[in-house]
Amino acid sequence: MRYIFVIFSLVFLTFSAGLAQVDTLGADSTLLNIAPPAPISNLTVYDKANDHGHALILEWKPSPDDAAGKNTVMMYEIYRSESPDGPFENIGSVPSGNSRYDNIGILEKEARDYIPDNTDLYYRVDAVTINPEIRTSSEIFGPVRSYSNWFHRGRVPVLFAVLIFGGLMMYFVSVARKGAELYVRPLAGIAAVDDAIGRATEMGRPILYILGLGTADMISTIASFTILSRVAKQVAEYQTQLIVPCYDPIVMTVAQEVVKSSYLDAGHPDAYNDDMVFYITTNQFAYVAAVNGIMMRELPATNVYMGKFYAESLILAETGAVAGSIQIAGTDEVGQLPFFIVACDYTLIGEELYAASAYLGREPLMLGSLKAQDYAKAAVIILSILGIIAANFGWTAFTNIFKVLD
Amino acid sequence: MKRQIPIFLVFVFGVFMVFQYFSPHEASEWIYKFLMDWIYIIGIFAMALGIWSLIHVSYDKIKHKRHDWGYSVVTLAALFTMMFFGITGFNENGEWGFYFMTQEGLTNPMFRNFFNHILVPIETTMFSLLAFFIASAAYRAFRARNVLATMLLVSALIVMLRFNPYFGDTFGFYMNKTAAWLLNVPNMAAKRAILIGIGLGMVGTALKVILGIERGYMGKG
Repeated sequence: MRYIFVIFSLVFLTFSAGLAQVDTLGADSTLLNIAPPAPISNLTVYDKANDHGHALILEWKPSPDDAAGKNTVMMYEIYRSESPDGPFENIGSVPSGNSRYDNIGILEKEARDYIPDNTDLYYRVDAVTINPEIRTSSEIFGPVRSYSNWFHRGRVPVLFAVLIFGGLMMYFVSVARKGAELYVRPLAGIAAVDDAIGRATEMGRPILYILGLGTADMISTIASFTILSRVAKQVAEYQTQLIVPCYDPIVMTVAQEVVKSSYLDAGHPDAYNDDMVFYITTNQFAYVAAVNGIMMRELPATNVYMGKFYAESLILAETGAVAGSIQIAGTDEVGQLPFFIVACDYTLIGEELYAASAYLGREPLMLGSLKAQDYAKAAVIILSILGIIAANFGWTAFTNIFKVLD
Repeated sequence: MKRQIPIFLVFVFGVFMVFQYFSPHEASEWIYKFLMDWIYIIGIFAMALGIWSLIHVSYDKIKHKRHDWGYSVVTLAALFTMMFFGITGFNENGEWGFYFMTQEGLTNPMFRNFFNHILVPIETTMFSLLAFFIASAAYRAFRARNVLATMLLVSALIVMLRFNPYFGDTFGFYMNKTAAWLLNVPNMAAKRAILIGIGLGMVGTALKVILGIERGYMGKG
């Protein structure tokens, strides 16, 4: 009985396979009988704006056969040549329903996708059916050239904003130079630095300065260097111990120079030691472990966190709180600000980190630039209110002025 | 002269960086990439200085038997062990050797074992500490000491409890809606205000550095 079942199964499978073969042959014969589709129309090719060149955009009106109910066009193949007579090379394809192709070339000459700039190019788009041999080519478009642009027109609003801001800064710096009194709102966090250094001196404990996880090219790290320079100068005057463990070797090298110069300015170059500023590691949590160890062993009187911080912010600040240190933090990393606010005694929020250097120095030049920032903020507030009104009333002409393109 | 040359260099390269933002030209991009490559070159030299600094500080601690000097022994032992296994290994022919310029060291089983079974678990442990620190920080932040702190406490409770499945459809729906409003309106408004201030502060500081007004990074703050 079992053998009969096996034989029947084999016969059934063979018969089914035969039927499938017949079906495929039928489908093949249908494919051969497809009528060629209508070609695409209105093919235009133009240089991609605001780029480094080597890129062209193709746009066209789809084939009338690329529509609901017809669907004989399966895709469009794009061909390019340096001569209208060919040979044309297939450079890509898009599925049916599309009417645009971005021909973005690679900058390297050796690459297959390289598109030469300032060279006449000719394009053709083929409407291709399910049978790749049945297709209709468009008319050849060309010549067209790609160019490299010297100016990004989509960034004009940014240019104006920078020029206006720069002008404001120059004006207030010149006003400050003439001796005008410029008021700067007191920053509690920075005012506390003096007290914190005094406290450390009285307790005979060190000050721990953390520059964060930022690299030397980050603005927050640069701002932190300025604050470190002030702190180091005061530390040198009070003859207190300073510890600066670094995450980045370049930051360490710069920080060493900053601290050294501050000790020199304070008249205590002999008190400076290269081991005050040292490198630990560029591994985030290994760095945290090392700094936490320093906190628990050395029990610093004051911990100063200034710069770029990520997930380690709370681990550092909570350990510092456990060690009983006075803690002053400042960062422009919005996500970490709540952690510092909770765990530290004083926190410089966002831009206060940048303002700190001007506040500490009290130099007219620095205060002038700070004043320019305040006026720029006022301008942003006014423009935001106008933008809200314009957006609500549909005045797109106003909102479009501020549109920045990538 | 010692100060003028760095200030001049900062001005030239700072102005170029501003220029390249507005100029997508191929030449501008090429110079930008070329300058960025220098960061890697400087970084490699600085790394040597960094490792030397670590060795020097740790050795000094061991030499003078400073407080908890044993940790420095562990640091140096770990550094040299990983360094040794990182530059030694077996090549395609199964020959053991030192490989300074190729990647054989990274496939060294000892290097991989130390990395996967010691370094990674330690890192994970450090990161997981964050959960406990968040709890202790939240306890401190969410004490209803005054009206503002109470508002913070209530808002935090709504945001944290919005996904609680036991609230039922109606109450859960309103909790979700309130939490979304808290996150998208007052929270977002405050965040954006801080971000606008940060943006202006960044531009201001960058201009000050380019123009030589801000010289804190040279120890002249």
